[in-house]
Amino acid sequence: MSHDTRFGLGRTISLAGPLALDSGASLAPVEIAYETYGALDADGGNAILICHALTGDQHVASPHPITGKPGWWTRMVGPGKPIDPDRHFIVCANVLGSCMGSSGPASLAADGAPYAMRFPVITIRDMVRAQAMLLDHLGVGALRAVVGGSMGGMQALSWAATYPSRVRAAVVIASTARHTAQNIAFHEVGRQAIMADPRWLGGDYYAGGEPPSAGLAVARMAAHITYLSEAGLTEKFGRRLQARDAKSFGFDADFQVESYLRHQGISFVDRFDANSYLYITRAMDYFDLAEEHGGLLANGFRATATRFCLVSFDTDWLYPTAESRSIVKALNAAGAAASFVELSSPFGHDAFLLDCPELNRVVDGFLKAVA
Amino acid sequence: MSLRPDLALIAAHVAPGARVLDIGCGDGALLAALRDDRGVDARGLELDAANVAAAVARGLSVIQGDADRDLADFPDGSFDYAILSQTLQTTRAPHLVLDQLLRIGARAFVSFPNFAHWRVRVALLTQGRMPVTRLLPERWYDTPNIHHVTIDDFRDLMRARGVAVERAWFLSGDQQRGATAANLLAEHAVFLLKRD
Repeated sequence: MSHDTRFGLGRTISLAGPLALDSGASLAPVEIAYETYGALDADGGNAILICHALTGDQHVASPHPITGKPGWWTRMVGPGKPIDPDRHFIVCANVLGSCMGSSGPASLAADGAPYAMRFPVITIRDMVRAQAMLLDHLGVGALRAVVGGSMGGMQALSWAATYPSRVRAAVVIASTARHTAQNIAFHEVGRQAIMADPRWLGGDYYAGGEPPSAGLAVARMAAHITYLSEAGLTEKFGRRLQARDAKSFGFDADFQVESYLRHQGISFVDRFDANSYLYITRAMDYFDLAEEHGGLLANGFRATATRFCLVSFDTDWLYPTAESRSIVKALNAAGAAASFVELSSPFGHDAFLLDCPELNRVVDGFLKAVA
Repeated sequence: MSLRPDLALIAAHVAPGARVLDIGCGDGALLAALRDDRGVDARGLELDAANVAAAVARGLSVIQGDADRDLADFPDGSFDYAILSQTLQTTRAPHLVLDQLLRIGARAFVSFPNFAHWRVRVALLTQGRMPVTRLLPERWYDTPNIHHVTIDDFRDLMRARGVAVERAWFLSGDQQRGATAANLLAEHAVFLLKRD
């Protein structure tokens, strides 16, 4: 299928739409940047959709065009991996609202200027609807599986609830069916950091070429702490000082952990748009799958034939095991086929992106059994 | 792969096509056999993450969890059978776990090692020590078996809680044996219980 320009790396498609959004607004056209790996079987039965997290992108297993780093999930996706282009047709799309080529606040509106804050507020389900439009374009009917960690897991759940007949299996890793007050609170800190940056200019910073990098960096620093565990931070940094023998009695990055966080913040702003950060964190905060189904999560999965596999990590305090368990409880109540395992890792929420042979074993076994 | 004798007994008496929850399902050997041989809708609950991974790799739906804590998450009457094999004596509140089994399942299979087997009695009588046997191989301080039970104790509990015993099987040396003096001669018992 290499001759078909719909397939391959670095694709972008402009779909006419309109895409009706949860807010009541609609979006047209809808640009989606995506990549595909492997070949779609004649019967179309080997398609796997991978959904990325908040600051992720479509480059799941190919180098990032800005940073040059390998794809963000090469531990899970690639030859010989649980999700394997030799066996699967793999699709990964940049989510709606993001900044890697899909429609977002940095995209140009009909008047030729960037949308900025005129971009409609979107939801996780809107992201999923946009992905469904992409799959229609690619000729993919039902997915063998939709797979995602963190916000990707929210999309996987939303996929199963929104298009049950199109999802044979869902893999939901280190995720949740709703944002808690604490989750929303951390996101609000990040958004306020961006909006407090004088360069933010109410979101209209695109023309000047001086984005609110300081605010976005602080937002990233605050969020990054929630991706790690206390034990992981202690192991990595402890109270060790950064390239100095004694405290400076000043406000330089005396501690290694400060230096590390500053680096995380500074390197993030090179690859991410501040307004996209506002829109996507909003979509995550609005996510409450039970609320979409009369307040009862199980109602989202009644009579579903989708098989579910949920994985949590014992040191993840952003989306702790209890959140996965409450999803499992709802799936049980709905009579859905559900598997769940809590894996042990010192790395907190980020564990799903790191080397974790047990995770690969579970996902591999689960996907092979879906066939 | 052949099933453990008590599991083979249970497998032989599950109705084809039934909905089954195996609590403490290990790596899913029984569930896989039930699914493959009897077309059973097989689900499991298992404490150990590695076992859950192995069972999921068999294509089974297995949830990591604890019999004492997580059975409450299953709806009433959602299974035809709840199975608890060699696990009852490891639970913190066996009587409450049994209540849960018969809330979730219309019937329940329960198997356990019989603490009144004559070898156990002799060991305790002659040596004055907690017995270490083939079916109870751990020492008193590191055993997961925190609620030892005898066949007669179990029958008493079923009577007290108004649970009907539909059938019972007794094993010694992995062979089935009669009900006569089972509390003395059986190493292992399997009960089929029904909600009244």
